[in-house]
Amino acid sequence: MRHGWFALPRPGLRWLPVWRRNFLVWRKLAIPSIMGNLADPLIYMLGLGYGLGSLLPQVQGVDYVRFLAAGTIVASTMNAATFEALYSAFSRMHVQKTWDAILNTPLSLDHVLTGELVWAASKSLLAGLAILLVIGALGLVSWPLALWVLPVIFLTGLAFAAMGLIVCALAPSYDFFMYYFTLFITPMLLVSGVFFPTEQLPAMVQTVAAWLPLAHAVQLARPLLLGRIPDDIGLHLTALVLVAGVCFCIATGLTRRRLLK
Amino acid sequence: MASLTGLTASAASVSDAALHVSGLCKSYAGETVIAGIDFVVPPATCFGLLGPNGAGKTTTLRCCLGLTTPDRGHIRLAGRPVPAEAEAARTRVGVVPQFDNLDPDFTSSENLLVYGRYFGIKDAAIRDRIPGLLDFAGLTGKANARIQSLSGGMKRRLTLARALINDPDIIFLDEPTTGLDPQARHLIWERLKRLMVGGKTLILTTHFMDEAERLCDRLAVLDHGGLIAEGAPRELITSHIEPQVVEIFGDGAAAWASTRQGLGERLEMAGDTAFFYCRDAAPLLAALAGETGPASGLRYVHRAASLEDVFLKLTGRDLRD
Repeated sequence: MRHGWFALPRPGLRWLPVWRRNFLVWRKLAIPSIMGNLADPLIYMLGLGYGLGSLLPQVQGVDYVRFLAAGTIVASTMNAATFEALYSAFSRMHVQKTWDAILNTPLSLDHVLTGELVWAASKSLLAGLAILLVIGALGLVSWPLALWVLPVIFLTGLAFAAMGLIVCALAPSYDFFMYYFTLFITPMLLVSGVFFPTEQLPAMVQTVAAWLPLAHAVQLARPLLLGRIPDDIGLHLTALVLVAGVCFCIATGLTRRRLLK
Repeated sequence: MASLTGLTASAASVSDAALHVSGLCKSYAGETVIAGIDFVVPPATCFGLLGPNGAGKTTTLRCCLGLTTPDRGHIRLAGRPVPAEAEAARTRVGVVPQFDNLDPDFTSSENLLVYGRYFGIKDAAIRDRIPGLLDFAGLTGKANARIQSLSGGMKRRLTLARALINDPDIIFLDEPTTGLDPQARHLIWERLKRLMVGGKTLILTTHFMDEAERLCDRLAVLDHGGLIAEGAPRELITSHIEPQVVEIFGDGAAAWASTRQGLGERLEMAGDTAFFYCRDAAPLLAALAGETGPASGLRYVHRAASLEDVFLKLTGRDLRD
């Protein structure tokens, strides 16, 4: 702690040029990027939703495809933010040395990380928005309450981007990210109520799952998409804000220790 | 070190220096990388930091820019204390890093635009500057070229143009011509001289002694984390080394030289090559004249002493990495 690596981040507002840099790159590749964010989740959702759904009775009072559509938005948000904070941020930090170039300007590492955090959340918002439009067009959501899912997506994106930046700060190479996916992201995806209600799980797993950020996001997003006000809004929002805030502080500390020694 | 401190003190007063470093120390995990160095760079001069790999050059530059916090010592860059006010100091600074880190997703002019935004410059103002900077870098016509399509020399020049986007007073250059062909190196040197004429302060590290001799008003040689010599290039050559060098190589060079040590002030052996350092090379050349007929395998080169000889004398001939 002699160097104060883990002092609170001081983002200020000067992170915006970092966000704009990433946005400019995205704009050049927007169409393949949106297709990538859209195609994979939609294929799963439609295949499982209609295929598996035809075998199932209603789930929590709605057709399975509607139940799954809500889960798909949240899972895609998580994936988009996670990929951006792992692979894309790592290539800018470690491979292209984009961050090194920025650190030679008046911007600090805190500005760079804040720009990356907000960018990853913005990208997950774009991914979530694209899916919302498609499932909306398919008549699988209830308007206008469904629009409230957009801030939930952004907050979910911030939480998963912050967690991803911790992993990015610790990663020696791209291969390291596989551990994060297989040991954390994939199990979380299966127990957070994305594909089936968590009530189907053993009691002990349910207890653990209730603490996971993805579960909080699902608890907020699904009722909104199905036209209901969620229960325990304050609890779920607080959980996501805490995850985002605490993880970003840790990520900032770890990245400072990595790059500013 | 007393004489070195005297030199720096006379070179510039501390208050108007572009960069002032005193008592700088840094160690990692108990291993000392910088062991208390002092130097002053007056404005509108070129200062060269020389040293073998691992001597502490890059760490010194990082400390000066506020990217690494020293364990002890004081740094003032562009009139501001670093690292306390490093962000403000860097508004007046441009950096050409050792390895190109241009944005591969952007064109030349997009690289300049995006970089200018990091300094808080308005888009319109940056766009006004871009044509002039591309022209300076000899990249007119490459404004919309992708980075992958540029040669190594072009990328270096674009990196130099990028370092000028904020019209800095002080420019740091970390090995600016490493990996370039002679044409590209000469072009970079010419541009750097133009910047000096324009009143910019240059702070450069290099492994090329001819580059240091050509560009730098003052040099410091760094080794094992300490400054072991400082001065103008000519001054270092006259004060540290004999003016003439005779390199002798070929069959039996080492044996021949070892029996004739008295013909030069100093004899250094590197493999099978003998380096005689002489104030007067005539007696040695006369002795060689009798030995280097067509039948003999002995050959030699006679030349004036250079900065490279000083560097090798001060830091030794052993490999560092």
